[in-house]
Amino acid sequence: MTDRVSWPPRGMLFGVAAALLLAAAPLFLAPYATTTLTRMLVFGLLAASLALLVGVTGLPSLGHAAYFGVGAYAAGWFAKNISAGAPLSLLVAAAAGGLVAAATGWVAVRARGVFFLVLTLAIGEIVHQAADRWDSVTGGSNGLYGIPATMFGGEPISNVGLLYWYVLLAFGIGLAVLWLVARSPYGTALRGIHDNEPRMRALGYPTSLYKYAVFVIAGTIAGLAGGLLATQQRLVTPEDLGFTTAALALLAVIIGGAGSLWGACLGAALVILVRDTLGPTLDGHGPLVLGLLFILVVYLMPCGIAGIRLRRGQRPAAGDSGGTGKPAPEPVSVGGGASR
Amino acid sequence: MSAWFDANLVSILNGAAIGCLLFILAIGLSLVFGMMDVLNLAHGAIFLGGAYVGWKVGGAAPTWASFLLALGVAVLLGLVAGGVLSAMTEPLRNRSHLDQALLTLGIALVVAELLSMAFGNDVRGVNAPPGLDGSVSVFGNAYPTYRLMLIGVGAVLAAGMWLLVSRTMIGAVIRGTVADREMISAIGIDNRKVKLAVFAAGSALAAVAGVLGGPIYGARPGLDATVLILALVVVVIGGLGSVRGALVGALIIGQIESLGRALFADAASFVLFGALAIVLVLRPQGLFAGATR
Repeated sequence: MTDRVSWPPRGMLFGVAAALLLAAAPLFLAPYATTTLTRMLVFGLLAASLALLVGVTGLPSLGHAAYFGVGAYAAGWFAKNISAGAPLSLLVAAAAGGLVAAATGWVAVRARGVFFLVLTLAIGEIVHQAADRWDSVTGGSNGLYGIPATMFGGEPISNVGLLYWYVLLAFGIGLAVLWLVARSPYGTALRGIHDNEPRMRALGYPTSLYKYAVFVIAGTIAGLAGGLLATQQRLVTPEDLGFTTAALALLAVIIGGAGSLWGACLGAALVILVRDTLGPTLDGHGPLVLGLLFILVVYLMPCGIAGIRLRRGQRPAAGDSGGTGKPAPEPVSVGGGASR
Repeated sequence: MSAWFDANLVSILNGAAIGCLLFILAIGLSLVFGMMDVLNLAHGAIFLGGAYVGWKVGGAAPTWASFLLALGVAVLLGLVAGGVLSAMTEPLRNRSHLDQALLTLGIALVVAELLSMAFGNDVRGVNAPPGLDGSVSVFGNAYPTYRLMLIGVGAVLAAGMWLLVSRTMIGAVIRGTVADREMISAIGIDNRKVKLAVFAAGSALAAVAGVLGGPIYGARPGLDATVLILALVVVVIGGLGSVRGALVGALIIGQIESLGRALFADAASFVLFGALAIVLVLRPQGLFAGATR
């Protein structure tokens, strides 16, 4: 079986190089570019948590932005009303994302195929409506503003470079958690569920429980990413947990190649680049470019950025499975199978 | 009870009118969804296109001639749009639902953006055609004539669709394709053509719903997403590929949208999606899955 989230030594070198480059970035980037890079990290963590659901487990969620937004609101509210001390609001955000994912996930993971898509869409809409209506906590459609800067050792983190490092550290921790989950035996079982859930159930795996657990884990990390969003832009609006955000996160995952965490991060960087850098230069016609990007990606890059490399490296593995005399089973389409 | 009924009669009628509109919108979505497993997220954009056609061709205060002309143009545009969508999703027939959803989502974004570039961001209100723009008395409550007419049109269309799908040869092919696509192609019917026809007809109905909905919703950016989500909920509650399911689902959602909003004001969307969650938990395939009548 091909390990989709493989981390061979060469990959390790890449990882270390990327981490060093990311850590050194604010030293040679202009403040505006650093801010954009911070946004990419925030969105990248959201996309990576979604990749764990979509790519690894085969649960294509259209409502993942809900947990991101819940985390953002929780962190913003906590920082505003209780304490703006460094890691506290992020912990609150992760806990809130996880709790809401736990409360909604048990309904979602019961659905299969397109029903999962629609149900997660519905969950996203409910949470979006709640954010829009619950004025006393979320500030309604104006959003939650006036979130204080995060305090570290009694000093507010106001320098964009320091803020970037703070976000980078949290991003690294979040990504490490996702990576460990994907690499663990549990992650292997999740990939089994992705490929053939009935067989995994027949082998004795409690697949519903596994899917529920990964839904909660992904929700927790999405909540952490939301906390980072609140920390960085110090404003949370209902847009942040709306359908557009969820769709963009999904686009990032698909661009990156479903199943690849680093691919999702690269996809997220590209999406943010298009939305925040290209978008304003097009008189607010960013959605047009994003729509075209959706169409192009679906047609031209069925396996995403990660797929471009994987397809070359995968040949021997494909030969192996042919050699056992048993034709490799047709990969089950995402959430496919018994839809009627 | 009768006092309650009196107080909420207008909401109930509104719900029926919205339900009829939703049925016209959702039936195409449901058939394409049920037959070809294509999740068409561009359906709402076609509705919005129809709404703008109603405003542009029919005018803000349409005469009967211009209103009917707008309906005709909407049907044509809908047929073309459905054909294009069918052709665009064809290369993805063996890919996952997610890929198809993303493709149609991309199309929806592009279409919505082009519409907002062409028509601006204002709400384009449309009047009902003359004769229907007044109101009549229903059990002592003044009620807009146009909405009553909409309920009538919805009922006629529902009956027509039911006859078409359950009593004709075309309907037999459609039901057969919903039930077993491979078997239908094995008996020599090209299911790409079936898909093209259903896609085109469904999109034409969506565009017609847009024109008909003009006097209620107007045409404005963002309307596409609102109606798409309602239509998806209708389809999922009713069950994929079922005419009866789409009708019952549309009437339920219409009542939740109208009566629910009147009774619970802020909680209506929770009621809406709560109903969806309950249906999916109790009957994961929808209320009328498999029963294509």
